[in-house]
Amino acid sequence: MLTFIIRRILSAIPTILVVISLVFFAVRGLGGDPAIAILGDRATPQALEAIRERLGLNEPLWKQYTSFLWRLAHGDLGRDLRTDIPVAKLFARAVPYTIDLAIWATVIGILIGVPTGVLAALKWNSPLDFIGRFVGILGFSFPTFYLSILLLFIFGLILGWFPMMGGGGDYSDLGNRAYHLFLPALSLGLIKAAFVMRLTRSSMLNVLHEDYVRTARSKGLKERVVIYKHALRNSLLPVVTMIGLYLAVTIGGSIEVEIVFNRPGIGKFLIGAIQERNYSVIQSGLVVLAVFIVLVNLITDLSYAFIDPRIKYD
Amino acid sequence: MEIRRFLKNKVSFVGFFLVIIVIFLGIFSPWIAPYDPLEHHVINRFADPSWQHWGGTDRYGRDILSRTIWGSRVSLSVGFLATIVGAIGGTVLGLIAGYNRGRISNVIMWLTDVFMSFPTMVLAIIVVVAFGAGTRNVILAIGLAFTPRYIRLARGSTLAVAEQVYVEASKATGRSNWGIVSKHILPNVAGEIIVMSTLWIATAIRLEASLSFLGMGTQPPTPSWGMMIKEGMFHFIQAPWLSLVPGAGIFCATMGFNMLGDGIRDALDPKLRGRLT
Repeated sequence: MLTFIIRRILSAIPTILVVISLVFFAVRGLGGDPAIAILGDRATPQALEAIRERLGLNEPLWKQYTSFLWRLAHGDLGRDLRTDIPVAKLFARAVPYTIDLAIWATVIGILIGVPTGVLAALKWNSPLDFIGRFVGILGFSFPTFYLSILLLFIFGLILGWFPMMGGGGDYSDLGNRAYHLFLPALSLGLIKAAFVMRLTRSSMLNVLHEDYVRTARSKGLKERVVIYKHALRNSLLPVVTMIGLYLAVTIGGSIEVEIVFNRPGIGKFLIGAIQERNYSVIQSGLVVLAVFIVLVNLITDLSYAFIDPRIKYD
Repeated sequence: MEIRRFLKNKVSFVGFFLVIIVIFLGIFSPWIAPYDPLEHHVINRFADPSWQHWGGTDRYGRDILSRTIWGSRVSLSVGFLATIVGAIGGTVLGLIAGYNRGRISNVIMWLTDVFMSFPTMVLAIIVVVAFGAGTRNVILAIGLAFTPRYIRLARGSTLAVAEQVYVEASKATGRSNWGIVSKHILPNVAGEIIVMSTLWIATAIRLEASLSFLGMGTQPPTPSWGMMIKEGMFHFIQAPWLSLVPGAGIFCATMGFNMLGDGIRDALDPKLRGRLT
């Protein structure tokens, strides 16, 4: 068990390295001269030279790369070129907003998706199942940002039940924070619910055709016991696995939600930086996002080893 | 048999219908769209939907319905081309990884695992950062983001097919590796790739809309649905049609391809035969 944990943690390191390198070369590679991107093409040559010097862009590429890795290894994400605030500080504030959103969206997705999925499977091929399948495809087809806009305008603007913008301050005011979280989490959660519902439905349908379910029925168990104790429990394992794998997708979707609701999470910072070509924040933002996703995947994998004893520890 | 089951499936029939409509609008948009999508009529800003302008007009007085019809061109080209980029790249690498089980295969699969752990949206953003915004780069970004998914799929099928006796027989007759892959493996892998592609086209259209909404996709003035929704978002109260009409476009296109893909997959999947209709 311990070796499994250590090996899994070690295997995350090359993944992080690949992605960090990809980000480094993506940011440096082909988007043009970053100095011009920052200052605009009417800047004086002296100013451009000064900013190149500051960013170390005059150094050879391999030297830039190694010093980038060296600074990252020391937890130095650089400074925001415009405000001179350390980027690490900006993201330390942003990450909790994204984590809250991803977790609560997942909770909403499970709370809606699992019961409706079970219901659709039990009423298989009925009008109810048909509606369920339709809504499921709808969830796959609807862009997250569009659902966010619709919910924002219906519940935020027209009905005025929920706040329009922002993240609701720090954790000292939990109520306000939850109040600001509700609509964004619902937008992302509903999309996720469609996914969970489809999965639960097909998993449940598979299990309901298994021999042990027939055995349970034929030995005279109540239908309720058959469904909840035999079928549901076994059908949930693949669902749980996929929900874990889907966490990374949820973080990707949170970018759109954060933009619509002006919620100060990682995605909002990253997109803002890309729009104003804020070089150092783009680079660190992508690194933070990537490492964050790797960690989420790592935690998911490790928790399965605890949940499902059948996972081999080698 | 498969075709009959496909037609019996109402969901896929509706999907097929929607896809045909969207493709028709895309191909014939210059003739169908009642107005020039780029023409400004500042006097007629934010006009309500009327008989002249079924979808109203935006802040430059441009006809929303015409822009939405033209927007289908961007979405369809990104949808098809990005999927083709991903499918070709992924199938080639997947065939190599599945057939040639050696060091190359290990490297390909390791990188695939690395990239699979990132959502397509995040991968696409990284590529757009590298190459800059714009429709062509969005096609590349989404295509590259799809590639690892196709590698997985193609490799899985290749592994299964390569075990078959006829492949072994072909090998015994002295056929080259290239000959075996092109004659026996690719035709068997292609079916599944094509079925999956219908679903991935829907995802590509959705991703293009998202990237354009974030300002990283199609650039103005070319009408694209994601960007139109972004522009309309700021005027939702006085002119909700600005984002509702292009939203309907996204809805028809992605729903159409998803329903069609679902239907084809169900029709071809022998495990579901006689069950899901």
